[in-house]
Amino acid sequence: MSISFVTETPKKELPSIHEANKQSNQVVFDTKQLNLWYGDTHALKEVDLLIYEKEITAIIGPSGCGKSTYLKTLNRMVELVPTVKISGNITYKNKDILDRSFKVEELRTLVGMVFQKPNPFPKSIYDNVAYGAKIHGIRNKKILDEIVERSLKGAALWDEVKDRLKENAYGLSGGQQQRLCIARTLAIEPDVILMDEPTSALDPISTSKIEELIQTLKKDYSIIIVTHNMQQAARISDRTAFFLNGEVVEYDKTEKLFSNPNDKRTEDYITGRFG
Amino acid sequence: MKLMDPSKMQARMHRRIYQNNILKYIFLLATLFGLVVLATLIIRVLNDGLGWIDFNFLTGRLSNDAERAGIMGAILGTFWLMVVVAPVTLIVGIGTAIFLELYLKKGKAQSFIQTNISNLAGVPSIVYGILGLTIFVRLMDMGNIVLAGGLTLSLLVLPIIIVAAQEAIRAVPSFLTEASYGMGATKWQTIKNIILPAALPGMLTGAILALSRAIGETAPLTVIGIPALIIPFPSGITDKFTALPMQIYYWTLDSSLVAEYANLAAATIVVLLLLLFILNSTAIFIRNKFQQRY
Repeated sequence: MSISFVTETPKKELPSIHEANKQSNQVVFDTKQLNLWYGDTHALKEVDLLIYEKEITAIIGPSGCGKSTYLKTLNRMVELVPTVKISGNITYKNKDILDRSFKVEELRTLVGMVFQKPNPFPKSIYDNVAYGAKIHGIRNKKILDEIVERSLKGAALWDEVKDRLKENAYGLSGGQQQRLCIARTLAIEPDVILMDEPTSALDPISTSKIEELIQTLKKDYSIIIVTHNMQQAARISDRTAFFLNGEVVEYDKTEKLFSNPNDKRTEDYITGRFG
Repeated sequence: MKLMDPSKMQARMHRRIYQNNILKYIFLLATLFGLVVLATLIIRVLNDGLGWIDFNFLTGRLSNDAERAGIMGAILGTFWLMVVVAPVTLIVGIGTAIFLELYLKKGKAQSFIQTNISNLAGVPSIVYGILGLTIFVRLMDMGNIVLAGGLTLSLLVLPIIIVAAQEAIRAVPSFLTEASYGMGATKWQTIKNIILPAALPGMLTGAILALSRAIGETAPLTVIGIPALIIPFPSGITDKFTALPMQIYYWTLDSSLVAEYANLAAATIVVLLLLLFILNSTAIFIRNKFQQRY
């Protein structure tokens, strides 16, 4: 028998919210004491959140509560705002993503994003999906073809567009455009997909198609979705975080949060008393 | 109780409609002022010059004899000027616009540079002529060749191209650039694949309009000392030259000596206007044809 003399470093005391959410799934994002300012506006205050792998995490809250800001911090898109200041910690699989040495280009390949308004490029359907692969240096036509087909199938769009891949993406309907944007994100083979109110610009039928799609994507991806629509959060997510004025008021399993919230403010919000 | 008294409203109605009609005619007059002056100019120029435009006039060499004078030298001079001005302004102008819009952080330095560029666009062209004379003709000792004239004109129109290119870049919707950044593209990849294709029609339109401004400029060329009479055709950017507006200027100046020079000037104006018309039409064509819609 060999004895190792590794001294255990004492674990840092985690805030209680972390304790409450411990379970078997791996943690992808660990956010600790995250503060964010736009100029003088304090947009995120002491946010602590654990996001789990291969789950759908919903973020709800009234307009201006910081939910989109938090989402955009996870792939550092928030840095496109010049006045932004961030303090605190976010680790992605134990790597500090706010560290300058973590290249945003790498982070955004691991953490893809789908936006509120469908935003395909004014290019062909094929070129939209192939864009990510191309910027990462893939030139081989056969590989690109395969990536495009697989991504479009993954986004449940292949059957609708396979005969017109060379047509401009703006000929698609709004719902199809949004699924194209999802396909485009799948094409960079990310680990996590961030969705910023992906159905808010869509009609109910397109919305339900996207929701179905999100459910199937859960098998392979960790999904974080910001939504205005509480029913949507209740329908599709495993966990829900309720943001208010830049703070996380409550974070729990979705059934628990919607059936038996701990905080009075959560209850008021989900029962439609404000927001 | 109604707060608006219907009978008083009725009384005012007449006046309001009258005012409406009067203003329509005032605006019409304002439009007519420009149109009438322009039409007069064109009619006079065509009247004086059209009869003088023939094959010999377009292809001939300059001459003191009005009957034998041709403007091929000036046409070639203008052509070689454009060979210098077009690439210099496009590359430097679009490069500057990309740096200012996409790389330089918003702040004091940025707004200082921006203000200066806007001011430079309003500096009288003769000042650029003096700048060109000092730097290119004398300091760099080029003499009054095409290159010196072209660089001077480039300086003159650069602010116009920069501002046009900046506006074209700003008009690219942020949701497109965000989508590109969101997939891990670098700034340059986003510029090359997304921003430039979307902004290029606007940039080219601005560039062509700036070129047509450069073609018509006379003052800076007079300052750098473009002579009145050059017999050999310029065959490259290092040759001495004259240009269409210079030719118009000198012929108009000398029309008190030889009356026919006024007709030659008018004929040259027709050629110059035609050239500008073609350039501007190209600009409009490019804008309409390649503009992307989202």
